[in-house]
Amino acid sequence: MKLRINGEWLTVPETVDTIGELLGHFQLDQRVVIVEQNETILEKESRSDNKVQDGDSIEIVQFVGGG
Amino acid sequence: MLKIGNQEFKSRLLLGTGKYPDFDVQKKAVEASGTDILTFTVRRMNIFEPSQPNFLEQLDVERYTLLPNTAGAKTAEEAVRHAKLAKASGLCDMIKVEVIGCDRTLLPDPVETLKATEELIKEGFTVLPYTSDDVVLARRLEELGAHAVMPGASPIGSGQGIINRENLRFIMEQSTVPVIVDAGIGSPADAAQAMELGADGVLLNTAVSAAEDPVKMAEAMKLAIEAGRLGYEAGRIPKKRYATASSPMEGMSRT
Repeated sequence: MKLRINGEWLTVPETVDTIGELLGHFQLDQRVVIVEQNETILEKESRSDNKVQDGDSIEIVQFVGGG
Repeated sequence: MLKIGNQEFKSRLLLGTGKYPDFDVQKKAVEASGTDILTFTVRRMNIFEPSQPNFLEQLDVERYTLLPNTAGAKTAEEAVRHAKLAKASGLCDMIKVEVIGCDRTLLPDPVETLKATEELIKEGFTVLPYTSDDVVLARRLEELGAHAVMPGASPIGSGQGIINRENLRFIMEQSTVPVIVDAGIGSPADAAQAMELGADGVLLNTAVSAAEDPVKMAEAMKLAIEAGRLGYEAGRIPKKRYATASSPMEGMSRT
């Protein structure tokens, strides 16, 4: 399955079914990240319910230093 | 106490988290500053380096109020999106609106700042807009419901200190919400001066993070802001052109 993640097209295994699993695939499930799927910002609690589909555009962001 | 929205803070120093030499120095500087509010920004995660350390994850987030900014946004729309991303972390509902309108001076775009502030207030955020030193703009932001206004002292990261003393005073005298002097502070004297003028707080980053000794400078800023505030509350003497003796003239012993 092809996903556009942070602006780059990537291939992820078909076994990845949800946003929660996608984060697990990239070892980000324990990190403080925020996910936007097709321009909809997701609540943390709903990650395991949100299905990923071929062609989805996903943004994974975090807090970094800034003033 | 500094009251922003429905939250109260002991410290009047808001500290930025950008550009420190390393996380160890940064942690010590945050500690030394005594701050209650730390600013952050939202950026794409490098998904190929999941073990990359992150400062926020090393912090006791219960101890600090997080103030994410919308830095990098050039339109109200971008700022609103960044604010919503930050809020979706579940870690904060405050936002520093920062919509830059000029790449060289990094001065804010007043029109987009107003739009973003209006929208985010409707969305229920606690909104602290970074603004230029325009007294009318500050009033308009306050009328929209901004929870504080944050005029700059001089361009971001310039360390020029306060180049617009009277403009800042106009805003401080008019405002019924906290006025936080944000950007341009270079030294403890600048921070103290902002507080003496009547600022409710000071937000700074580079002055600490890029100092030769950030930890020591963090403590210096803490003390300067406390001193400036006390001085403001105490009420300074008026300036006079000529001297007034401090010692009595009567009873002078002469041979």
